Amino acid sequence: MSQTIANPPVVRLGTDYIGKPTSRVDGTAKVTGAAKYAAEYNVPNLLYGVVVCSHITKGRITKIHAADVLAVPGVVQVFSHENVPSLAWFDHNYKDDVAPGGSPFRPLHEPEIRFNMQPVALVVADTFELARYAASILEIEYEVEPHETDLEKKRDDGYEPGRGKSGWMPPPPPRGNPNQAYRKAPHQHEAEYIHLAQHHNPMEMFATTVEWLGDGQKLNIFDKTQGAYNVQQYITKIFGLSKEEARVITKYTGGGFGSGLRPQYQAFMAVLAALELKQSVRVSLTRQQMFSFGHRPHTLQYVKLAADDNGTLQALHHSALAETSQFEDFTENVVNWSGMLYQCENVKLKYQLAKADVFSPLDMRAPGAATGSYALEVAMDELAYKAGIDPLQFRLLNYADRDQNADKPFSSKKLRECYHQGAAKFGWDKRNPKPRSMRKNGKLVGYGMATGVWDATQKKAAAKACFTADGRLTVSSASNDIGTGTYTIMTQIAAQTLGLPLEAVTFVLGDTNLPEAPVQGGSWTAASVGSAVEAVCQDLGKSLLKLAQKMDDSPLKGVDFEDVQFVNGLIRRNDDIQQSVVIRDVLQANGEKELTAESGAAPDMMKQMGYSMHAHNAVFVEVQVDEELGTLHVTRVVNAVAAGRILNPKTARSQVLGSIVWGIGMALMEETIMDHGFGRFMNHNLAEYHIPVMADIHDLQVVFVEEEDEIVNPLGVKGIGEVGLLGVAAAISNAAFHATGKRVRDLPVLINKLM
Amino acid sequence: MNSFTYSPPTAVDAAVRERINRPDSAYIGGGTNLIDLMKENVAHPTHLIGLKKLPLAEIENLPDGGLRLGAMATNADTAWHPEVEKRYPLLNQAILAGATPQLRNMATNGGNLMQRTRCYYFYDLATPCNKREPGTGCSAIGGYNRIHAILGASEQCIATHPSDMCVALAALEAVVRVSSPQGERSISFANFHRLPGDRPELDNTLRPGELITALDLPKKGFAKNFTYLKLRDRSSYAFAVVSVAAALELDGDIITDARLALGGVAHKPWRKAEAEQLLIGKPATLVTFRQAAAELLAGAEGHAHNAFKIELAKRAIVRALKQATEMDYVLDTNAFQNSNP
Amino acid sequence: MSQLAQPTLGRAPVALAPTQPLTLRINGENRTLNVAPWTTLLDALREYLDLTGTKKGCDHGQCGACTVLVNGKRINSCLSLAVMQESEDITTIEGIGTAEELHPLQQAFIDHDAFQCGYCTPGQICSAVALLKEGRGKTEAEVRDLMSGNLCRCGAYTNILSAVMEVVNAQKA
Repeated sequence: MSQTIANPPVVRLGTDYIGKPTSRVDGTAKVTGAAKYAAEYNVPNLLYGVVVCSHITKGRITKIHAADVLAVPGVVQVFSHENVPSLAWFDHNYKDDVAPGGSPFRPLHEPEIRFNMQPVALVVADTFELARYAASILEIEYEVEPHETDLEKKRDDGYEPGRGKSGWMPPPPPRGNPNQAYRKAPHQHEAEYIHLAQHHNPMEMFATTVEWLGDGQKLNIFDKTQGAYNVQQYITKIFGLSKEEARVITKYTGGGFGSGLRPQYQAFMAVLAALELKQSVRVSLTRQQMFSFGHRPHTLQYVKLAADDNGTLQALHHSALAETSQFEDFTENVVNWSGMLYQCENVKLKYQLAKADVFSPLDMRAPGAATGSYALEVAMDELAYKAGIDPLQFRLLNYADRDQNADKPFSSKKLRECYHQGAAKFGWDKRNPKPRSMRKNGKLVGYGMATGVWDATQKKAAAKACFTADGRLTVSSASNDIGTGTYTIMTQIAAQTLGLPLEAVTFVLGDTNLPEAPVQGGSWTAASVGSAVEAVCQDLGKSLLKLAQKMDDSPLKGVDFEDVQFVNGLIRRNDDIQQSVVIRDVLQANGEKELTAESGAAPDMMKQMGYSMHAHNAVFVEVQVDEELGTLHVTRVVNAVAAGRILNPKTARSQVLGSIVWGIGMALMEETIMDHGFGRFMNHNLAEYHIPVMADIHDLQVVFVEEEDEIVNPLGVKGIGEVGLLGVAAAISNAAFHATGKRVRDLPVLINKLM
Repeated sequence: MNSFTYSPPTAVDAAVRERINRPDSAYIGGGTNLIDLMKENVAHPTHLIGLKKLPLAEIENLPDGGLRLGAMATNADTAWHPEVEKRYPLLNQAILAGATPQLRNMATNGGNLMQRTRCYYFYDLATPCNKREPGTGCSAIGGYNRIHAILGASEQCIATHPSDMCVALAALEAVVRVSSPQGERSISFANFHRLPGDRPELDNTLRPGELITALDLPKKGFAKNFTYLKLRDRSSYAFAVVSVAAALELDGDIITDARLALGGVAHKPWRKAEAEQLLIGKPATLVTFRQAAAELLAGAEGHAHNAFKIELAKRAIVRALKQATEMDYVLDTNAFQNSNP
Repeated sequence: MSQLAQPTLGRAPVALAPTQPLTLRINGENRTLNVAPWTTLLDALREYLDLTGTKKGCDHGQCGACTVLVNGKRINSCLSLAVMQESEDITTIEGIGTAEELHPLQQAFIDHDAFQCGYCTPGQICSAVALLKEGRGKTEAEVRDLMSGNLCRCGAYTNILSAVMEVVNAQKA
């Protein structure tokens, strides 16, 4: 659209929506309860499946007493490895788009138990209550083998993964002479940083409703997922179905944060049961079972940093050891960011995995970076104190104007402005650098800051646009809206591109009958689907122009697409805006009922290959600590973000606010506690796995730093769903140190670590 | 969840008879804990006796100047009752420190006493637990025990009682009134909950079939000098890591009466007469408070993950007593009054 | 762990309680359904009456997504049995407002972008409707605490607070 209105008249146009704060177009559906999630399609003749999970960690099932359960009136079937029909054999059939290297877990495939809470049976009954009851009395006998789930015991078993998942990059080779530089530098710091597993816990629990449409007919699979196409290809490959036979629909997703990137086992089970029983089936997981699959992995990190007396970084070592399952190598970029965020000539980065008897970890909001930036940014703070330099000044002194990992310039990088604008808004200049020096109302006050970097990625995506004679435009793509605002920003882009009022435009998503879009993750939806939506609307605009030129006395005759603008419901000439055609008249005048276009967008590799493309942020935090009791409140946060063009400041701000809340959770309360004796997560519920409540949240402010970028994609967007989380936990930890003089290096910072 | 039948009797004696006649039955008040336990298959009664139609929801003044809290009055109605707010503000604070508005609207006073521990192992059928299945062992000892007891535990069980309300009721020396086919009786609050000993499956001293009908608060409400201080892992909607109910009567600087009860540290709200005696007759000073705190924590034993609670409880007691006396108290408690983690 | 006995998992089946007709008064209408006592109010709404606006976020009273009003008071419908709510006046999100006629809180939630994924939203709104009736949350600090029974994993708390305060303040005026 930048081409469409290359030289727009100075007046703001009524149909310019991009960059304007816009309320969610799906808002009414969500506030009235009309928005339907996966478990809410109450199709006729529905059976209910309840999953039974293993309570042992390793071993094998020796007997399943299914007969007792099948004798209960209303129980339809007990599915387990004993009676699942022959399905696809090869690993690749079970690999989804986001699968890491290795051999994916196959539900109900074999008697072997590989991790605690492994799903081992599905009990199907006429009602949910009956299925739940029947599942509770199903007795399963196991032969138990010793397990090991503790990463701490695997410190010497680390290995460098050779096979990662898409998007994972092994750390770059070392540069300079990091060991020597470290030894020679006057200011050194080294420490270990730890966090345990964390779980996504979206509010909507995983669920799949499979609607059975008859023999040889199709399944409608209403699934909670972040990628309808990903689930479809997984299901079709495993069950040998055609795409027509397995339509996956996800209109609303009650939160994802990465948990829905891979198809979860309830989707497999619901489809299995529907196919076998030839009836519609719903399978919903319990909150406890939400702890039975992927998580942010328990990770041990070691950082060694050194600086000279001027505060110039001399050496940077960052290594990480993370858990993975016995069957897959889950990889995430933990340490790479450290070679890119600061200018440093001597860098050594290392990333290792160790196998444990756990389920494969899974991307969780800002995977890798949330982990890595925590360690790096606390270490930077520690070194700043040692060098006697203000932590913000220290970062400015070591600002990287070039990505040294890739040896490329940044396509754009306004991190310096994030530092300046964030610090100004926060009042960083009022900070007394001395720890324990600031007090308020009898509490210790601490100021801390940290920073982050995240990828700006565009994926290939397709879209369809249909303009009808009543003046309405429907644009569609099988993307998702996990709360990110996809419905709204795509509507804005489409409306602006074709100059239509927002109310005349509908964006449709979450359905494999629509053009393909990538899974919603990596903060790439705005760039990827947004570019496709813009492209398809431009294509439709070209067709509209042609039709408009056929109209009697058309003032647009003979002009090129580049010479017109689509605004305020008109197509008008750039050279004389009085010369125009009303868009909604175009089809009627030509006797057409509708006009459609299908198109797509892909990253412009030629343009991008010379650049490193990233979003950045700087976070400033105030905490108040009651030292005697160990209580800490995050009283103020300013998060300054440079993420390219902000399509909708209203929804984008919400994304960053949510990221801050996630950072507060990560810093202060979130950890999934495993009892390694049992190999089982013990706080597998929302009463004991604490996520922040409203009372934890005080003054949060978001600053968007203006950033233009013509390289990343035509829209100039970098994505906003993840970058805001980076640095938050580190900044809180750093503020806690400034307040108390106590350095906590294992998250979360609980009462007992500060008192 | 088990299958069960349900009946809502309208008279206490009918309810009690029904309970005796159906050994597999359970009373259900608000259901906030029982239904949770039934969904986890920790509890599996085959018959539920609904108490909501019983005439037990009144809150009324007693002739001796005390206040009777009906067992079926909700926690919310109790906390916000004008007599409770005015005369027993400690109870108001403790109730409001617990759970959420939704849960307090459902949970009943009797049910609050009957709620069971939040011990992870008790709740998880995959792990042995003496409280859930006597004789299977205690997984928390040697397991993960951050939320477990430091006082009064046994080799059989280190679970804690999770209530906030009960900590205030213990400090206020409420009396639990119960009914059974044998008639009515009263149980002092101190004797209502019990320590695990070698019968950890028993949380309290109720006899089979007995039904809580009311909680009687004595006249003395400590409405002037009191504090309920709750420390937890998030600012609201979390069980106490440690909580303190402190109530004092002062004559000038001299403490003339004192009550101290701890939550989150034992199988029952934790009180000790000797600790309170150390306060009575003494000036309200930090030295006195620390002595009382040390006495109340005497004999405390930590496990791998909860030893910090011993020192934390001491500090919390001193803070609560400071707050209760408003002595040199400069902390801005109001700012986070309802959101102290 | 090895010295500990294995817990009992399987249990003998018990007789199933029969279903019986139950009439619930929901959003001003009497609705009759056939359920056994083990059906929670939440499942009755979602699975038997197709009132799916009320959400299941944990099923254990630990998240608030299932908040509905009973006689004007907010409760967690997942922890109540449908049979326990016979003859009570139940209001769900579907009875708070409609697309054509939004409740002021619903409008304020849209205006302040007080949700992202939307899954906790009906519970948040029902909770806030009750909060207004309770008349206790007047300041931001009070509202923060009194709205803490509703988790929002998207972290929309700042905007939820703004939305609720707008309506609280309008009520004060």
